[in-house]
Amino acid sequence: MLDISSLHANVADKPILNGVSLTVPAGEVHAIMGPNGSGKSTLAYVLSGRPGYEVTGGSASFLGHDLLAMEPHERAAAGLFLGFQYPVEIPGISYLQFLRESLNAQRRARGEAELSAGEFIRLAGEQASLLGMDSEMLKRPVNVGFSGGEKKRAEMVQMGIMAPKFAVLDETDSGLDIDALRIVGEGINRIMRLPGKGVLLITHYERLLEHVRPDRVHVLVNGKIVRSGDIELARELEREGYKERAA
Amino acid sequence: MTAPFPTHRQEEWRYADLEALGPLWEQFAEPMTLTLGAGESLEEIWLATADDVQVRRIRIALGASAKARIFALNNAPVYGRIEVEVSLEEGADFELVGANIGTGISTNEIVTKVRHLGVGTRSRQTVRSVLNGKAIGSYLGKVEVARGAQQSDAEQSVKAMLLDRGAAANCKPELEIFADDVKCAHGASVGELDPIQLFYAESRGLDPASARALLLEGFVMGLWDAAKDPEAIRAAASQALRRAA
Repeated sequence: MLDISSLHANVADKPILNGVSLTVPAGEVHAIMGPNGSGKSTLAYVLSGRPGYEVTGGSASFLGHDLLAMEPHERAAAGLFLGFQYPVEIPGISYLQFLRESLNAQRRARGEAELSAGEFIRLAGEQASLLGMDSEMLKRPVNVGFSGGEKKRAEMVQMGIMAPKFAVLDETDSGLDIDALRIVGEGINRIMRLPGKGVLLITHYERLLEHVRPDRVHVLVNGKIVRSGDIELARELEREGYKERAA
Repeated sequence: MTAPFPTHRQEEWRYADLEALGPLWEQFAEPMTLTLGAGESLEEIWLATADDVQVRRIRIALGASAKARIFALNNAPVYGRIEVEVSLEEGADFELVGANIGTGISTNEIVTKVRHLGVGTRSRQTVRSVLNGKAIGSYLGKVEVARGAQQSDAEQSVKAMLLDRGAAANCKPELEIFADDVKCAHGASVGELDPIQLFYAESRGLDPASARALLLEGFVMGLWDAAKDPEAIRAAASQALRRAA
């Protein structure tokens, strides 16, 4: 579903990704772990097309399309979702308006009918309550005044509304307490653990992986995948740290 | 007798498009006047028209505890000027909420003089400018607090968003205070759209133009929330923003 081959990328002329190769087949969840500065977030941004993240070599294809040739909004319409490590505040625009316009833009691009205001509000309310978020919060400006945990939960509500084919989740677990972690883990399973869907879960900690059992775990060090395994690898890292891996 | 034609040497006309104003001066030379008696209140919404040059000049006298609130959209294709001079007697309250939305080579300006004459007066001015191309958007606002006008409370908040390198914003809040127990606040900022906000919106599926329009809407549209009947100005501003984005 997602095929990354020998991907190289620079940020501000500094090489960050140094040949990442990775294949996530449909129906699988892959986790990427790695120390600070290993390139995890850069990989997420390159896959979603953030300006300033310059691909210098390699390729990435998504459902057979050249992902790197697409604009960020085209990637979204094709079914790619990025869960932000630091969700962005947008003053003056309510979550409802933001998400309804976004979803309808995606639907237009795919040739699907737009959702009416009523249909959208029902969908959004449903997804919010499944993730334990007060739907009144959707009337507030995007992420303004939200706590760190609320922002992360709201990212998952967005994912539930967009129902993407593939999600790249960048440290969705950071800033969550234990209960929120469980709710978010269940959300990922409910929304994305389906045939034909895939997830790339970027995390520092093994804790979330106990809720969302990944099919594969990869360790990224210095912009390269140095080791792959199953969830046992994550547990080992949790016990022993990255030190040896980086050596 | 017509008032003399202004020059750029006069501070309140410094950024005006006098060339565009010239042929029409006679019709705007004499400001309109409006007087509100004690305790009266008024709310006005000023929409832009399709005219190349749009000028409103008004002098408002607010009696004791009178209240005036103006919502204004300044969006002339060539030259737009909203000029308001207000005097406030004891307990009077004045609020101006305005937007300059300028495209191309237009000049749009909001020029105010608010005179706090009595005790316990209050004024609020909020202006947002969105400018693309080589558009110029200005706010020149003078607040005068007279001797004896204690407990005056004045606020000016001015923000401008420049969408292109050639666009220019002038923000000049000015205070002249002759009383010692007053609250006068002012803030001014000029900025550009935040690239991370744009990317966030695009990553959710909005194309770049729609993402820009949405962020601009967030920047401007909150202005009209307090209006009693905001639909028309909301729609007009939204349309203007989409043209600017």
